[in-house]
This record gives sequence, C-alpha cells and structure tokens, in this order.
Amino acid sequence: MLHDVIPQEAAAPDAPAKPRGRAIVVTSGKGGVGKTTTTANVGAALAAAGASVVLVDADVGLRNLDIVMGLEARVRHHVLDVLENKATLDEALVTDKRVPQLKLLAAAQTREKDDVDTAAFRALIDSLRSRFDYVLIDCPAGIEMGFANAIVGADEAIVVCTPEVSAVRDADRVVGLLGDTRKVHLIVNRLRPELVRKGKMLSVEDVNAILRLPLLGIIADAPDVIVSTNKGEPVALDAASPVGSAYRAIAERISGARTDAPAIPRERSFFDKLFGSR
Amino acid sequence: MFEFIKKLFGPEPSSVTARERLRLVLLSDHLSLAPDVVESLKGDLIEVISRYCEVDVANCDVTFEQQDKQVAMLANIPILGMRSRQAPRTPEPPPAPAPPPVSSTPAAAQSTAHPAPSPPKAGGAGAGAPRRRRRRKSGGVAPNAAPQAT
Repeated sequence: MLHDVIPQEAAAPDAPAKPRGRAIVVTSGKGGVGKTTTTANVGAALAAAGASVVLVDADVGLRNLDIVMGLEARVRHHVLDVLENKATLDEALVTDKRVPQLKLLAAAQTREKDDVDTAAFRALIDSLRSRFDYVLIDCPAGIEMGFANAIVGADEAIVVCTPEVSAVRDADRVVGLLGDTRKVHLIVNRLRPELVRKGKMLSVEDVNAILRLPLLGIIADAPDVIVSTNKGEPVALDAASPVGSAYRAIAERISGARTDAPAIPRERSFFDKLFGSR
Repeated sequence: MFEFIKKLFGPEPSSVTARERLRLVLLSDHLSLAPDVVESLKGDLIEVISRYCEVDVANCDVTFEQQDKQVAMLANIPILGMRSRQAPRTPEPPPAPAPPPVSSTPAAAQSTAHPAPSPPKAGGAGAGAPRRRRRRKSGGVAPNAAPQAT
C-alpha cells in the first residue's frame, strides 16, 4: 500500500549544462533521533566550508529547524507560501546570521503535511538545485505523506540512527522505502562510547550490521549539542567542540574532501566533565 | 556447572539483549512472520521429530538468521536416543536412503526459511512417507544435534 504512495524513483536525471546541486534528505523513521540537529549542523558545516547551502524544513506543522538554527525571528514566509505563490522564493529564504551562503526555507507551522502538493514540492527542490550546491531536506518522522514529500526530490539520503533497538528497526524500514535509486548514507547519532565499552549500548558495528550503509560519521551524545541548541547556534560552527569537528568531518565526507573512515568519539575524560559544558 | 560460571560473571550485558531483540524483531519484519508463528513452527518440528527420536525438548532451539540477503532457519534439536517404532519394517535404514538427489549434507540444516517449514506440515501419516521423513531427520537435525547429545 505504502509503496504506491511513495515514489521509488529519484529526482529527474541531471541534464542541464550548469552543474546542479545535490538534494539530500535527512531522514530516520523514528522521531527524536536528531534529524533536525543533523540537518542544521551538516548544512552549517558545508556552508562554512564555502558551499552554497539551503536547508528545507519539510516537517510541515511541526517547524523546528528555524529554532535549532536560531533563525526563528527572521522567518517571514514558509514553504507553503512559496508553493501556493503567496511569496516568492527569495522572499521566503532566510539568510543565516553567521554564514551568508547558508539559507533556510522554513516549514509552515499552522498547516498539515497533507497540504503539501508532492509534485509542486518536487519542482521546488528541483529549482533550488539550480541555485544551490546543496539542498538539505529535513524530513519529518514517520513514513506517511510528509516522508513521501520530503524524499521525492532527493536523490541522496542521510539516515540518522541512534544506537537503540527501536531506532534501528525504523531506520531499516526507511532504508527499504528509500528504494535502490538513491545513494543512502548513515550517521550514527548520540553514541556514548563509555556505555558501549561497558556493554550497555549497541555499538556502531551492531547498528551497521543491520543497516549495512556507508558510514558518514559518528556523533557523540555530548552536552555541547544541547548547549548549542539552547543558544540556536549550530555546534558545527564551534571550532573548539569535538562534536563540531565530527560534523565538519561529515561535511567533508559528503563533499568528497575526505575519504577516511569515521572515528569513534573519544570518551569524555574527568577534566572534560569538570570543565565541560559552556 | 555452566549456570554457576554464568552467575559468577553476572548477568549478560544489556547490549547483548538489545542485539538479540533487534535481530528477532527485524526477522519478523522482513519475513512478515509473527513471533508466535516461529513458536508454533518450533512446536511442530519437535513433534514430528519426536515420532522418530527421543528429543531433549527443553534444549531445543529453532531460530532464523539473516545471512546476507537470505534468511536461514537453524534448528538445534538434541537427540537423546532413537525411538523403536512398533514394527521395525526397515531395520537400520538411516545410511541407506542416500540415493535420492537431495542435499543431505550438514548444510541442509541451514535450509532457507521457505522450504524448511513446509515438510512438517506435508508429513502426514501416509504409507510411503517414512522413508522420506527419515532422510530429512538424519540430514536436517542429526548433524547439529550430535555435539549436544554428549
């Protein structure tokens, strides 16, 4: 049934002479595993490295990406305004405070996911690809209409998964729904190395023994992430943060600037804990 | 003795439990197989084999395992002894029924999920059946069971 709703084909083949940007959907199936945080930080890291990036919040009805980016006060129009011709794309794009080549297209907060026209959303992603190097789409949780819309224009996907049974199960389902035509990568989020060592948490190997995806990176469950979300400043832009550098490494693996295997995050030492959260 | 050593090292870490739960839940997701179906399949398998052998029911283990793109059923059914059937029409037949073109190697124990569950159901009380069943039993169960029977 669901397979009927979700198009299995990727976006239209690259034809124009001008190099088209890459459309990457950040998805997970399960909610609360860090899709939005991942979208914000990977986008910020890509933009900080010089690429032009637009973040599209596809979580219509539950707009969050603007908060995580600290741009909520600047949002005037949203995706549906653009799709329904109530605003132009340029009016709706919000420029980041810190990195000017990073833009945000916010979701509508007072609308529903079913209000999004799939074909129109795909056309929007397509037009964004002609203007930006990267189009990062923050997918809503679940595998219903919102998911179908979020993935329709993307020919690549990042699956975010935490080391939990439920998250891996949902990620496994989502990988199946993404189909064979998309390049799919994995980010393992919220890993706690000390718990893995003690046998109290699934390891990255455990997770990827199931999902079998190329690994983009491993993000530790660190206070930095919470602190940066509190402030609305992507941790990826914090040069001193180990998690920030893990996000920057992910961006480099996406752009191809880096090909090494992701490192397991270091355990937090006594001193880290003592002087840790800022 | 084994239990004692186990206790000495404390309970198994929860990540082991998580791994096992994940394995089982994905298995039923992929096969669209409800956990109770696995249980009743296990019961049926043991029942059929019990007609021919004395089975250590408490230590039977029937699991499915994802092996790359394929799912395999692994049955570990310890045999305590052979049951003498009422009329031993075919004395000592186990080695004999090799000729039929079937893979009665140990690998048969790892048959894929689809072919494996069907034989127990098909195995009625037909007159011609015993020969076939005995072959399955020796091919499918004995190799795995042997080490445990000691």
